[in-house]
Amino acid sequence: MITVQHFLVIGISLFSIGLSIVVIKKNAILVLLGVELMLNGANVNLIGFSINDPQIQGQIFALFVIVVAAAEAAVALAVVVRMYQYYATSNVDEPNELKG
Amino acid sequence: MFYFFGLLAVISALGVLFTRNVLYATFFLILSFFSVASIYVLGNASFIGVTQLLIYVGGILILMIFGLMLTTKLSGKVLVTESHNKRMGVILGVVFFSVLSFIIFSANFEVLNKSVEMPKKMIEVIGVDLMSKYLIPFEIAAILLLIALIGAAVISEKRKEIKE
Repeated sequence: MITVQHFLVIGISLFSIGLSIVVIKKNAILVLLGVELMLNGANVNLIGFSINDPQIQGQIFALFVIVVAAAEAAVALAVVVRMYQYYATSNVDEPNELKG
Repeated sequence: MFYFFGLLAVISALGVLFTRNVLYATFFLILSFFSVASIYVLGNASFIGVTQLLIYVGGILILMIFGLMLTTKLSGKVLVTESHNKRMGVILGVVFFSVLSFIIFSANFEVLNKSVEMPKKMIEVIGVDLMSKYLIPFEIAAILLLIALIGAAVISEKRKEIKE
């Protein structure tokens, strides 16, 4: 029998691992991967809460989360590519001037 | 089945955290997203699982790998990433995990675990709801995607550098 707690434990594991990746990694692409992992952890929570809900509101909210994640990934990658063209690095701690 | 995929998702996420090779990290993340998709299917949400496969594995991660290729000098070397704030990051993750799991295990989920009769055709419910109850958020999501598309194209476009 799968209960809500199982989903929640997987969700918080993914979320905390994603948080650690965001804090630890230097490469901007890997920071983005950490953000995606955190969004996935939140989605697992939503699915877990809707397993016994006949109106499946959680699943529809999870769909919108996926849409927003896709938009965020596209814009963030554009920013990273632009940053690489300008500063010739993709590490997040090296660009240190505004409007260079 | 559920435990296997849950364990696989968490272990491959840890692989993303611990590997230094950037390309291996993305491949670990693909594995993790696959297992999360199967968790969705086991949690009675097969449509979300398929969407996860199509959008995350087929779209976002491929985009990430493209971004990786565009933002590195290809010189035949293995792509490694450095890390900083190691101790802080691990402490933050462990503290977050322990606080949340303490809350989860002390909470009472009796009501949520009561078995309810679920609709037979899940995908029909999702489709009808998206077109009736959740129509406004649906349209806003469409506009958001359009804006993100235009914005990404504008940001990454090659500009003429202004000469002094």
